[in-house]
Amino acid sequence: MKPKTALLVVLLSIASLSFVQSASTVDAVHSVEPADLAKQLKTAKPLVFMVGPHTLYAQAHIPGAEFIGMTSQDEGRKSLQDRVRKVPKTQAIVLYCGCCPWDRCPNIAPAFNELTTLGYKNVRVLHIAQNFGIDWMAKGFPVQKEAAAVAGKPGGK
Amino acid sequence: MKYPAAGLILLSIVIAALGCKPRAGNRLSTGHHSSAPEFSLPDINGQKLDLASFRGRIVLLDFWATWCAPCRTEIPHFVDLQNKYGPQGLQIIGISLDDSAKPVQKFYAEQKMNYPVAVGDDKLAEAYGGVLGLPVAFLIDRDGRIIAKHTGETEAAIFEKEVSEAVKQ
Repeated sequence: MKPKTALLVVLLSIASLSFVQSASTVDAVHSVEPADLAKQLKTAKPLVFMVGPHTLYAQAHIPGAEFIGMTSQDEGRKSLQDRVRKVPKTQAIVLYCGCCPWDRCPNIAPAFNELTTLGYKNVRVLHIAQNFGIDWMAKGFPVQKEAAAVAGKPGGK
Repeated sequence: MKYPAAGLILLSIVIAALGCKPRAGNRLSTGHHSSAPEFSLPDINGQKLDLASFRGRIVLLDFWATWCAPCRTEIPHFVDLQNKYGPQGLQIIGISLDDSAKPVQKFYAEQKMNYPVAVGDDKLAEAYGGVLGLPVAFLIDRDGRIIAKHTGETEAAIFEKEVSEAVKQ
């Protein structure tokens, strides 16, 4: 490989690492803001999947949200695949994480890409700018603790 | 430009780097200086990690995880801080919110971390007012009182300013 080509490959690799996993790679047209989702949840009942870390889910999560696991990891993506196996492709699904700032979240994009690859047409991602505590809980939107929601559900420590 | 593709990639890297720039973090002064909740956990090397045993030192308690990009950015700065201010009484403690110790042990070795790290859980996080997003760091004075809290990636200079002032007290 010529030196200039090698340099190009290296630069391309670095650029890919910078972008590929970030939630910001999901087109904004598929995102929903916290205030809008909180309002919608009063009447609509989409499936809400939490695709972030269990410690965050256990402390507080959106009422009715199901814990999937971190979809930046193989185990989490497998869990997501298993969960939607019998779910119609037209089902409304909302994905959220909130572990990290939006442009650093490693879980949203893999989860969104997994579902769209599987053919799901009605998937939205919750745009959490900083983290779940700041952008959801501190704004007074409803939360639920794990014990009250899914006692005994796999995924706990 | 002779190599337009390379130029575009370079531009991408610059944009990505700007996007990853450390932020000031959300500093929440605790005002009344509440006591830091006690905990006793095995660290990732199997040693007992007891917060109370560090009474008399300034403690920087960092909630983090190996999968958290902003957390990983902060770690080398904490290693430097521990080296620089350890002799003056600083003790950094890491509480990882990873699901297991295995990735933490690997990261710990790779980064040559020089302060104790334990794997925490939601109960400990809740004791500290909830850790609903990472990183979160608490600065604890020599009497075990929380004197500052930072949510989100925080500039190294901010931590250093606070620590340098705290160790003088």
